[in-house]
Amino acid sequence: MQTRRRSFLKIGAAGAITLAAGGALYRLANPPALPHPLALQGEAQAVLRAVIPAMLGSVLPADGAPRQAALAAATGRVLTTIHGLPLATQKEVQDLFGLLALGPARRLLAGVAGGWEHADPQQVDAFLQSWRTHSLAMLRVAYGALHDLIIGAWYADPSTWSAIGYPGPLKELLA
Amino acid sequence: MSVLPDPIEAGLAQGWHVTDCATLDQDRTLEADVVVVGSGAGGGVTAEILALSGLKVIIVEEGALKSSRDFNMRESEAYPALYQESAARKTRDKGITILQGRTVGGSTTVNWTSSFRTPDITLAYWNKQFGLKDYTPQALAPWFQMLEERLNIVDWPTDPNENNDLLRRGAARLNIPTSRIRRNVNGCWNLGYCGMGCPTNAKQSMLITTIPSALQHGARLLTHARAEKLDLRGDKAAQLDCVALDASGLAPTGRRITLRARHYVLCGGAINTPALLLRSVAPDPHGLLGKRTFLHPTVVSAGRFEQAVNGFAGAPQTVYSDHFLHTEAIDGPMGYKLEVPPLHPVLLSSVMPGYGARHAAVMGQFPHLHAMLALLRDGFHAESAGGSVALAANGAPVLDYPITPFIWDGVRRGLLTMAEIQFAAGAKSVTPVHELGEAYSSWPQARAAIGLLPFKLLLAKVMSAHVMGGCGMSDDERLGVTSSTGRYHGLANVSVHDGSLFPTSIGANPQLSIYGITARLASGLAQELSGKPAARPSRHSGASRNP
Repeated sequence: MQTRRRSFLKIGAAGAITLAAGGALYRLANPPALPHPLALQGEAQAVLRAVIPAMLGSVLPADGAPRQAALAAATGRVLTTIHGLPLATQKEVQDLFGLLALGPARRLLAGVAGGWEHADPQQVDAFLQSWRTHSLAMLRVAYGALHDLIIGAWYADPSTWSAIGYPGPLKELLA
Repeated sequence: MSVLPDPIEAGLAQGWHVTDCATLDQDRTLEADVVVVGSGAGGGVTAEILALSGLKVIIVEEGALKSSRDFNMRESEAYPALYQESAARKTRDKGITILQGRTVGGSTTVNWTSSFRTPDITLAYWNKQFGLKDYTPQALAPWFQMLEERLNIVDWPTDPNENNDLLRRGAARLNIPTSRIRRNVNGCWNLGYCGMGCPTNAKQSMLITTIPSALQHGARLLTHARAEKLDLRGDKAAQLDCVALDASGLAPTGRRITLRARHYVLCGGAINTPALLLRSVAPDPHGLLGKRTFLHPTVVSAGRFEQAVNGFAGAPQTVYSDHFLHTEAIDGPMGYKLEVPPLHPVLLSSVMPGYGARHAAVMGQFPHLHAMLALLRDGFHAESAGGSVALAANGAPVLDYPITPFIWDGVRRGLLTMAEIQFAAGAKSVTPVHELGEAYSSWPQARAAIGLLPFKLLLAKVMSAHVMGGCGMSDDERLGVTSSTGRYHGLANVSVHDGSLFPTSIGANPQLSIYGITARLASGLAQELSGKPAARPSRHSGASRNP
């Protein structure tokens, strides 16, 4: 048990170094980073598309066109939310998605095989579950950012309110 | 937009001097007797008293001028428009989320209207530890009374909503006393959207009271203007350098505003005021500037009830208990104040732990959810020395606030207390807001489980809506960077009039503490600068009354 715990910690430390180095690498590969509003492209956007269904789970329609429409709407709302954050925070968010888009980080830190485009939902779920309570604070922070961005943005939209019994503001007051 | 008459719109039509610096197409230089940085609780009160006393005032606000015509009660618009960092401001390690206003009126535009005088035991501690001899309940009473009258702070006559009443009923069954919260409202509709800007102009925030009154008396308001740096020459500030922000409030436009005045009063709140002084390289011989920043770290307990609670409807905070602020000595294990928060989808869904099906199941119970808050009183113990404000590479403030084992102990006790009260009120289940917490179905089960929860960063969600300290007061320069008159030590013409003056946390929602204390400071300053007694603001001072 002792040995297993120790080797786990070792992997954790290696993971942290990879995370930090990955962020730097991502920034190097994508200059000039900011001050510009965040734009998620390519594999970074695929990360978001893979994480959203795992994070939102059963509130999304089960399949077909309604599911695709809900996913597209959720993605749009997350981007809108990010664009309201300070530019320095947008840069941190961009770094997080950029890092997760890198193959080694995806495999080593998130444990997701192959690309994000066709990520196995169970692996994405396991990744969120692991980061949520991970022994490394940095990964819990990253999970927290994904949680608040995706879930908060989802419930920001009035179309999601009737399902949770929230009547929304008094309509008579609004023009 | 709200369909009700908008006093700000009316004032602008009358010719108030308001400049949205996002629209400037050239740099500007302006002069006044006093520049007031920030338009929240401290800035609003200060600007009104100075303007009524005949002084020429410029108010600098980083946020936008928004008013009831803009307040549509939607979180998705209110948070980016009215709050610092879209209501997602964080401490350095991201362990605490901070709710702070960034709009004309500051946090008073978006707060939940809870009004408490500074507790006597807090003032006694300041007297003893920081030598603040004229900060007694008796000496401050006339100032609190003046602002209570000014802002219509009275007992709230309406019954509490169910969310608040569950705190009252649960506590009563355990013989824990509760009391009713006084509110700064006039003609409140009891809607429950205070946090998104009052759509009916009932909340007596700075936005519709002191700021309009100051503008009515000739003050000038600059919005989308970020105070960057005081230009210090010897012991005096020669000018204040500001940068204009674009309409989104996110990026500088490149235009600069230079402000010159006899005196500068900093009221940007306990994160931005120390940061402005740090950027200005203000004298700090004892290394105290930006230190001892307090947050009332706040944790949440969620209960599920058979009946509808509808925590989104009705005045958000009307019942509280100070019982656990008094069960231990003030400098003993951390005490905590109990209140409830209003529940709206974005805030609630972000705070509730877990994701996917588990989270969806919680949200599906939304109308039946009750939430309670334990606000921990920080700053009274050696192991609760608070946080410190430093500057990021881009000059933005970063608050480092380590959550010590001493604080986690208070967090655990707070979660235990709240669970016990919620079960006593009849909860079917109680979930401490902690990533490893579950929906417990009985008090014994919850007590055992909470007792075993590990406490570390981000496992328990910690929030703050009360930022205090960082420019603490003491006439002894080794104990504080500001004097008991709010003057910054070592600078002849710079004062601080906001919550950053407090040498500890308040142990209560701080708005009335800021109002009363800064009213006294501003009156002293007005008398000194004008050579005659300061004017006394009243509810009839400006365009503040509801029809």
